Amino acid sequence: MSEHETTPEVVPAGTPTIDVVDVRSGMFGANDGGDTSGFGGLVRAVSVATAASRPYGSWYDEATDALERAYPKFSEAIEKVVVEFGELTLHIRREYLLEVAQVLRDDAALRFEMCMGVSGVHWPGDSDRELHAVYPLVSYTHNRRLKLEVACPDADPHIPSLYSVYPSNDWHERETYDFFGIIFDGHPSLSRIQMPDDWSGHPQRKDYPLGGIPVEYKGAEIAPPDERRQYS
Amino acid sequence: MTTTGPYETADIGEAPPTTGDPYAESRDTTDGRVYTVSGGDWDAFAAEAAEMAEGALVVNMGPQHPSTHGVLRLILQIEGETVTDTRCGIGYLHTGIEKNLEFRTWTQGVTFVTRMDYLSPFFNETAYCMGVERMLGITDEVPERARLIRILMMELNRISSHLVCIATGGMEIGALTVMTIGFRERELVLDLFELITGLRLNHAYVRPGGVANDLPSDGIEKIRDFHKLMSKRVNDYIKLCNENPIFKGRLTDVGYLDLAGCMALGITGPILRSTGLPWDLRKTQPYLGYEDFDFEVPTWDTCDAYGRFRIRLEEMVQSLRIIEQAVDRLEEVGPGPVMVDDPKIAWPAKLSIGSDGQGNSREHINKIMNESMEALIHHFKLVTEGFSVPAGQVYSAVESPRGELGVVMASDGGTRPYRVHYRDPSFNNLQAVGAMCAGAQIADVIVAVASIDPVMGGVDR
Repeated sequence: MSEHETTPEVVPAGTPTIDVVDVRSGMFGANDGGDTSGFGGLVRAVSVATAASRPYGSWYDEATDALERAYPKFSEAIEKVVVEFGELTLHIRREYLLEVAQVLRDDAALRFEMCMGVSGVHWPGDSDRELHAVYPLVSYTHNRRLKLEVACPDADPHIPSLYSVYPSNDWHERETYDFFGIIFDGHPSLSRIQMPDDWSGHPQRKDYPLGGIPVEYKGAEIAPPDERRQYS
Repeated sequence: MTTTGPYETADIGEAPPTTGDPYAESRDTTDGRVYTVSGGDWDAFAAEAAEMAEGALVVNMGPQHPSTHGVLRLILQIEGETVTDTRCGIGYLHTGIEKNLEFRTWTQGVTFVTRMDYLSPFFNETAYCMGVERMLGITDEVPERARLIRILMMELNRISSHLVCIATGGMEIGALTVMTIGFRERELVLDLFELITGLRLNHAYVRPGGVANDLPSDGIEKIRDFHKLMSKRVNDYIKLCNENPIFKGRLTDVGYLDLAGCMALGITGPILRSTGLPWDLRKTQPYLGYEDFDFEVPTWDTCDAYGRFRIRLEEMVQSLRIIEQAVDRLEEVGPGPVMVDDPKIAWPAKLSIGSDGQGNSREHINKIMNESMEALIHHFKLVTEGFSVPAGQVYSAVESPRGELGVVMASDGGTRPYRVHYRDPSFNNLQAVGAMCAGAQIADVIVAVASIDPVMGGVDR
């Protein structure tokens, strides 16, 4: 099997590396036997959120321009602008998150008054940016939606809290802390919300096992879900 | 119960001798004396509480309490009957559904998400499937019949969900008839669900690409019967409650939260519309073709529990309008597919009822077991491996009975969801309990919580 093992540096040519969050190899999840199918040599780079180029389309250019006007530090703060599946996502460096959110909320041309919480995503293969947080925003005034995305390294899992701009994120940030271990600096009472207070670990991380026991059914043993065959 | 206040624990003195009830005890802790009180022994406790009049009491209401809508734990700080501070303890129904989704195929995920907010399963399923479809790029290829059936099921579901809200809310303030007639009508909706999907509560009926199966032959007729009956019976609630002085007395000006409060706390749904803002995703950001339907978004301007009750009542009437139009259109469209025409996505088997319950149809079993090896391979591949979804992230939202139900969904290009997060409106809206209950009486807490209509299955997931 070792001849088919790939190193994470192997990335198909032409793929911008900043978007590559993981590299998968082989197929059918079987790494312990001989590769009889030939599929074991497959290498696939998982690349999400490729930066869009102008014109973004729809109202996205207008809103991005408005943000650029209202927020002079735009180019430092915004890593990239992504338009995928018809949705606009702004990838923001964490140290600027609070300022950008404040502008997005208050500027008359933007007015994203509501934040629909925060969702964590754990990409263990995205080195130094393992933990991502996604904030869906809504503007009632302009009837628009966009997402903010912030990444932080697992070794330093800190992201500024949006509680002061969007108080509705109170519980959502507690939930993301609970499940991913992202520490939202400035949150008034960052504590576990779903899991018991004395729980150890953050269950939604990819390295946290699902748990489960094998179950016997009509004489055969069915492995727990996280030990079953997976198709990469 | 914990006593708090400017005194030291030691000043309270000895606890009264236990009266032989092993469940009614008191013990000293670092935060003050903690009493465990069960039914019948309040006198001894009340006498002692009166002696230490200067301190406020912290009372745990729930998680096992008949009027907290499931396992919601309310931590009330009270002075006499007045609630000075309210906090929620949640997580008692956390079942790790989001984590489990990451270990199943995209289609199997529907079976899990339907169990989140168990009073609005079709909304959970539809929001999820709309997200998957957007990533697959097949939103426009979902057959019209499937879209109409989804709308039909969601509006029926909105009625059953609002009925439970009104019924349990009524029961909690002692209006038992509201409860009995509420569940009476809900039962009719659940019968329809059973007829159409085979199940009453958790359906897994809406699938990526369409719905699991078409309406049964008598489906339209049964829905029309229900529509006729329900249009009359909605008046029962109007007559029983709208001008009922006790009902109004208990609900009016209770659970007050104005527009500024709603915006700050991210509140959506009937609570937001009770402030007068007609924000309903079906109108403002239509999905599935809601823009072609003729209905109104009811609002109220009192910002209180009574307004929310009236909005829910009116929404049921509007849902009935949508149901009627959807049924008419289904008849116009006529028979046709209810699943996207893509054999790499559509579930290969058709469901049918056999002698041993619902399962794959005999024709399909015959085909894959006796006629076509390729069909067997295809069935096996699609059912065990599933289909891959392009890598990326979407946010898909629907207007559930409780507000904006959003799904943040990430795919790594594989056959399983990489991460699915539900922004459940109950979870978000429960944050408003503190603002709604400050300064109110304990009895008002019940009304305020009922007007939020939290479903703990959705809150904890």
